[in-house]
Amino acid sequence: MSEKKLEIIAEPGKTSFSTRRVVDAPRSLVFECFTKCEHLKRWIGPRSLTMVSCETDLRVGGRYRQVFQTPNGEVAFSGEFREVTPPSRVVRTFIFEPMPDAEALETLELMEANGQTTITTTTVHKTVENRDGHVNSGVDKGMAEGYTRLDELLASLMQPR
Amino acid sequence: MTSPVPAEHDLTATFGALADPTRRAILARLSRGDASVLEIAEPFDMSQPAISKHLKVLERAGLIERGRDAQRRPCRLEPGRLKQASDWLGTYRQFWEASYDRLDDYLQELQAKEKKSVRKKTRNHRGTR
Repeated sequence: MSEKKLEIIAEPGKTSFSTRRVVDAPRSLVFECFTKCEHLKRWIGPRSLTMVSCETDLRVGGRYRQVFQTPNGEVAFSGEFREVTPPSRVVRTFIFEPMPDAEALETLELMEANGQTTITTTTVHKTVENRDGHVNSGVDKGMAEGYTRLDELLASLMQPR
Repeated sequence: MTSPVPAEHDLTATFGALADPTRRAILARLSRGDASVLEIAEPFDMSQPAISKHLKVLERAGLIERGRDAQRRPCRLEPGRLKQASDWLGTYRQFWEASYDRLDDYLQELQAKEKKSVRKKTRNHRGTR
C-alpha cells in the first residue's frame, strides 16, 4: 500500500470517521500549512476551486472562515477553535454555511516520525454526539488498531448479490 | 476537515454504525440476502437482545430496513443509504486527495526555499568571518 494514499477509516467505539495521510515534512511546517491563511490558500481544495477569502483567529474561542468560488457561486465554511496545541493538535467546530444545522466537531492530529508527518483528522457530527452522549469519545485515544477502510467496506457491501 | 460538499446530516451516524465489527458482519450477512433476527444471531456468540440492539443502530443509521411482519421482521440491506454514503465518500475523497497532492508540492516548495535561505545565511555568515 502506498503510504501517500489517503485513508478514510471508521474506528471501533467512535461515532465518527477519520482520515489519515502521510506527508514528507516536519509537523511544525505542516501545522503552519493547516492553520495559516497564506498557506491554506495555496493547497486546500482542487485547483479548480479558488479560495477567495480566509480568516483565522487561531486561539481557543477564536473563529475561522473560508470562502471558495465555485461555478455555482460562493460557498463558505466557518467555525470556532476549541483547542489549539501547536504543533500537534487542533480541535474546531465546522459549519458548511448552507447547512448551518449540521455542525461537526473536527480534530486535527499531527504525528512526526523520521521526518514525515502523519496527518489524522476525525469528524464527529454534533447531532450524533448529542444523541449518543459521546462527547469527545475516543478523540484522545489516538490511533486505534482495528480500523476499517470505509471505502473498501462500502464497495464490498455494494457488490451485486 | 471537511469538503465543500453538503455532508449529509446522517452520514456520520452511518459511518459510526459501520465502525463496529459485529454490525459489519451483520451487513455482510445481509448483503447475501434478507434474514430474520434469529438467522442473523446464529453465527454470533451473542444473545438475541444484543443482536437486536445492533440491528436498531443499523436501522437508525438507515443501513437496513426491517420487514413489517410482526413475527419474523426480516432485515434487509438498504442499498440507497449505502450508495449515498459511497457517493459522498467519493466526493470527499476527491476533494482531499486533490488537496493533499497540492500540499505535497507546496511543502516541497516551502522546504526548498528554507534550505536555500539557510545555505544563503551560512554563506553570508562565512563571508563576514
